[in-house]
Amino acid sequence: MHSVTTSPIPDADMTPPDHTGGDGTCINVSDYSFFYGSSQALFDNNLDVPERQVTALIGPSGCGKSTLLRNFNRMNDLVDGVHHSGDITIDGRSIYSPDLEVISLRKRVGMVFQKSNPFPKSIYENVIYSLRIQGVKSRGELDATVERSLRAAALWDEVKDRLKDSALGLSGGQMQRLCIARAIANEPEILLMDEPCSALDPIATAKIEELITTLKKDYTIVIVTHNMQQASRCSDRTAFLYLGRIVEADTTETIFNNPKEKQTEDYISGRFG
Amino acid sequence: MPGDDNTKRSPRGEPFVWLTSLGLAAGLMMVAGLLWVIVTNGTDVFWPKRVAEVELREGAGFEVGGALTFSGKVDTERAKAGSKGETETKFYIANRDAYGASFKYIDDDAIASLSYPEGLLVIERMEYGRAIGYPVNLTAGDGEVVAADDPRFFEELDALVRHAEATRHEIEDLRRKKVGRLSRKLEKIALKELRLRDKHAGDEARLAAELAPLLEQREGLQKQSEEYARRATETEAALNASKLTYRLSSGGERTLEAGGLIDYYAPNTLGLGGRIGLFVSNVWNFLSAPPREANTEGGVFPAIFGTFVMTVLMSVLVTPLGVVAAIYLREYAKQGPLVRSVRIAVNNLAGVPSIVFGVFGLGFFIYIVGGGIDEMFFKTKLESGKPTFGTGGLLWASATLALMTIPVVIVATEEALAAVPRGMREASLACGASKWQTIQRIVLPASLPGIITGLVLAMARGAGEVAPLMLVGVVKHVEDLPMSTSFPFGLDQKFMHLGFHIYDLGFQSPDSEAATPMVFATTLLLVVLVVVLNLGAILLRERLRRRYAAATF
Repeated sequence: MHSVTTSPIPDADMTPPDHTGGDGTCINVSDYSFFYGSSQALFDNNLDVPERQVTALIGPSGCGKSTLLRNFNRMNDLVDGVHHSGDITIDGRSIYSPDLEVISLRKRVGMVFQKSNPFPKSIYENVIYSLRIQGVKSRGELDATVERSLRAAALWDEVKDRLKDSALGLSGGQMQRLCIARAIANEPEILLMDEPCSALDPIATAKIEELITTLKKDYTIVIVTHNMQQASRCSDRTAFLYLGRIVEADTTETIFNNPKEKQTEDYISGRFG
Repeated sequence: MPGDDNTKRSPRGEPFVWLTSLGLAAGLMMVAGLLWVIVTNGTDVFWPKRVAEVELREGAGFEVGGALTFSGKVDTERAKAGSKGETETKFYIANRDAYGASFKYIDDDAIASLSYPEGLLVIERMEYGRAIGYPVNLTAGDGEVVAADDPRFFEELDALVRHAEATRHEIEDLRRKKVGRLSRKLEKIALKELRLRDKHAGDEARLAAELAPLLEQREGLQKQSEEYARRATETEAALNASKLTYRLSSGGERTLEAGGLIDYYAPNTLGLGGRIGLFVSNVWNFLSAPPREANTEGGVFPAIFGTFVMTVLMSVLVTPLGVVAAIYLREYAKQGPLVRSVRIAVNNLAGVPSIVFGVFGLGFFIYIVGGGIDEMFFKTKLESGKPTFGTGGLLWASATLALMTIPVVIVATEEALAAVPRGMREASLACGASKWQTIQRIVLPASLPGIITGLVLAMARGAGEVAPLMLVGVVKHVEDLPMSTSFPFGLDQKFMHLGFHIYDLGFQSPDSEAATPMVFATTLLLVVLVVVLNLGAILLRERLRRRYAAATF
């Protein structure tokens, strides 16, 4: 039923999503350091996130996983007194380049948060929020987007009869899938997920993980997780961070079965963290 | 015994339960007492009580209207000042025209007997308050006299009451509306004349030529106005040909012209249903009628209307300003020492005595802004000695109160904005929304309940304020409600206000005894108004809260 419509508003800053395949590097982090005021959170990190794969960021609490993730769409700009050195590029363009508007960056890089945060609006309005703020008025386009996004988020069948109901009446797992639907309604290239399952029960978690596996056909996904099993189940590549440094980044199989670093092995086998 | 064990182990701070609950109980008792006094006295005013006929003991030194018999409603009993155990009772004796006062204190010892005769009537009049007496006869306009024992008497009296009311409306229409409209036109013509005289000063011929049609118009209007006034006088005279004659308990017959007759009832034969009906109609009259007789009789409608319009106008002024200021403070301003001190200043502003705002309103809004506006746009009128905006009025009163309540709105809005979960803002920003889009579509709707709470607090404070209003446009009596269909839409008019009405009735009235019932009734009304306002706000807030409840789990 659903067809992938093109992005509603052509954006000058935005190269259209490349759906031709190929495993070029999507996000490139080079010598990247990040500071909250005077305290340094990330130290000279380098990382390649390949296109249309799931990259998991793992590490103990406070190691900088979320900080790194939130820099991919510059969410950390909202915090007072932050600064950085080094660079992050997406498709070869620096996200800090002065002619790139942060709003158009966020349209390309969708985000799902740890705590599901639907707006106190109807399910329908939640999904099309990004289209509304771009001023899309066409009823047909909005309807199509709602159906496509909800189907992609595996929520359509559960809510198709109550799209006008408040999103706050959904269960925790449904809310989180709604947030995913909202993030992909914008047709981003990249989907950032910050511990999307940490507040969900095992069944809802399984659904989201299944969804992640489906979504990677169309999107580059970066996921932060505390759950080692989750990382091993649904990611293609894994990066292990410790105290603000990427200790090791490789295919998930290598990291979990044959880590090069002692620290990685200790963390994965549960000796600390 | 296990009980002993428990008492021994009772924690040390236990007595504080009593201390704290005592504090609450004391507070509640004071509030309940206040409400009790207001509600009983306020509703008492409207309840048609029985009227007693009192026989006084000879030689006790008391008489009413030169006689030992009088009729009156028993009001309150109190200990006599400077005596032991002796009491006196306050009677509502009405008939102010005959007795000189509406109330009289009588020593209980001086009362020989009390009875409740059936024939007594309480008569509502346009002047001198009510009359209490026995009906004697009714003289119709054509001279026909119907005696009180005639079976047709009450039928005729009812008809006369209705006729008098209709005729009074007619006269009022002629005098106030029609003649009022003409005099406004005449005022405009006078202004035009002034302008012409200015323009053509020194050019007598031209002036006379241009003035001629104006003067002609004025003459026509004046004639018409006189005609209306004459018709009103004629109608009134025709109505006054009908008269009601009644006899006082203290003796002596008195005559009331139909123009002054409002209504009557028989206080001692009225059934419960009739009493309730009369109570409801009294309440309705109080709410819907304009005041009479220096505000001590009639209703308070102009004061309700003035309070309402002023409060609405104040809200219209204060809401956008306060909300916008709070958005800047909370969402855009860089949080630092400067913003902190601004916040402290705003909070302190809420504690400034309201009279200070009144003085400021008078000095700034009326003299500077209003004076400036008059100087620029209403110059001719100003030169004829009539300021438009350079004097107290609805607009400036509302603006002064808006200024006074703006801290309340800012503080409440800021708190509401701060309570919007960070996650919701981040979600919006992550969808590619700009900061303003996030505020407009997510933050403001979510904080609406809190903003409305603040607004209602501001409205309740504004509606109950009196001191600053006395300086910026409230008066004790107005003929016209502060509204108009032509510019400036009544914004420049003076108006009545419930709070000031209470003050004026209770403490500025020439006959404070006569005004007391109205003070209580008006106070009750104001309290009810504030309660209704708050209840409405709470309901609205709960509804909005359900709709925009923050997503948390």
